[in-house]
Amino acid sequence: MVFDRKKKAVMIYLQLFITYLKIGFFNFGGGYAMLSLIEHEMVLKQQWISHAEFTDMVAISQVTPGPIGINMATYVGYTVTGNVWGSLLATLAVSLPSLVVMYSIVRFIQAFRQNKWISAAFEGIKPVTVGLIGSAAILLMNAENFSDYISLIIFGFSFMLSWVFKVHPILLIVLAGLTGLLVY
Amino acid sequence: MDRKETTINARLSDLFFTFLKLGAFTIGGGYAMIPLIEKELIDKRAWFDREEFLELLALAQSAPGIIAMNIAVSVGYRAKGKAGMLMASLGAVLPSFLIILLIAAVFTSFRDNPVVERIFKGIRPAVVALIAAPLFRLAKSAHITLKTMFIPIGTAILVGFLGVSPIWIILSGGLGGILWFLIAKRKQS
Repeated sequence: MVFDRKKKAVMIYLQLFITYLKIGFFNFGGGYAMLSLIEHEMVLKQQWISHAEFTDMVAISQVTPGPIGINMATYVGYTVTGNVWGSLLATLAVSLPSLVVMYSIVRFIQAFRQNKWISAAFEGIKPVTVGLIGSAAILLMNAENFSDYISLIIFGFSFMLSWVFKVHPILLIVLAGLTGLLVY
Repeated sequence: MDRKETTINARLSDLFFTFLKLGAFTIGGGYAMIPLIEKELIDKRAWFDREEFLELLALAQSAPGIIAMNIAVSVGYRAKGKAGMLMASLGAVLPSFLIILLIAAVFTSFRDNPVVERIFKGIRPAVVALIAAPLFRLAKSAHITLKTMFIPIGTAILVGFLGVSPIWIILSGGLGGILWFLIAKRKQS
């Protein structure tokens, strides 16, 4: 039994490492574009965190410094394993593709820049990343995040403030939090 | 290599602390970092000329991986080789790692607090709006036309409604780009 538990613990670390390696490697277009991938892996496939927890993490990432990918890895690594090592492992895994791929690119910058095949592939990925941001928004439009009509009103107002008036994300999140505190 | 190598007078500790500063004071990740990096690395320290920096930046944005990390890796490597690359990325990661670790340790026990729950109930729909709002501007800057509009819309439907993994769509996007290039080449000759 003890052996089984140990084996299970090792499996969780291994899964965490592989999943974040995947997220780091298939992360094109930065920030929001990687959200749908994180949500697909963490919420839908592994079920390590809930939709609401995921959304809360996006909000926390928006108001704290640092890249959202690193923030997510650190947070999920901690909540899944309950300790610092999980955080460290997930953060390392999500950073590793950047280290390896960017290192090769900068080393062989000349060959890379002139490679028509690689730039053709990147041209094809570019419109996909826009769609991925759209899918992140779709995935988050669920009952956990929209519990009543008030949430729809908050969504509408926030969308207008952000799109038309270009209100800063931090200010927007603070305003929405205050609204939640007042109306609920 | 036939490119002109700028000699960069940087120390490892300079690289580490510069990126530590960038990691600690830029909220919103990679893109938010860019103006600060420009000021710090080009205007203040003159480690790069603007043209070279823009080239590294374009590569960091198109390559896979976290953009802020990609920038740290490329700038660190150009400045001080492998050691520079490691120090710069460590500096970039450390602030968010420590801050989020603290939040993760505290927030998990605070989440069920009724006041915190009310605040986040208000924040959640705003986050969804925050993600959806820049879509049109992004579509424009990615040069999406009526003809190519099916790609982002198809992606959003497949991933958002049908639960297809983004990895398959990214791979097909890359393959599609190569196929398009082949067809265009054949038409020319």
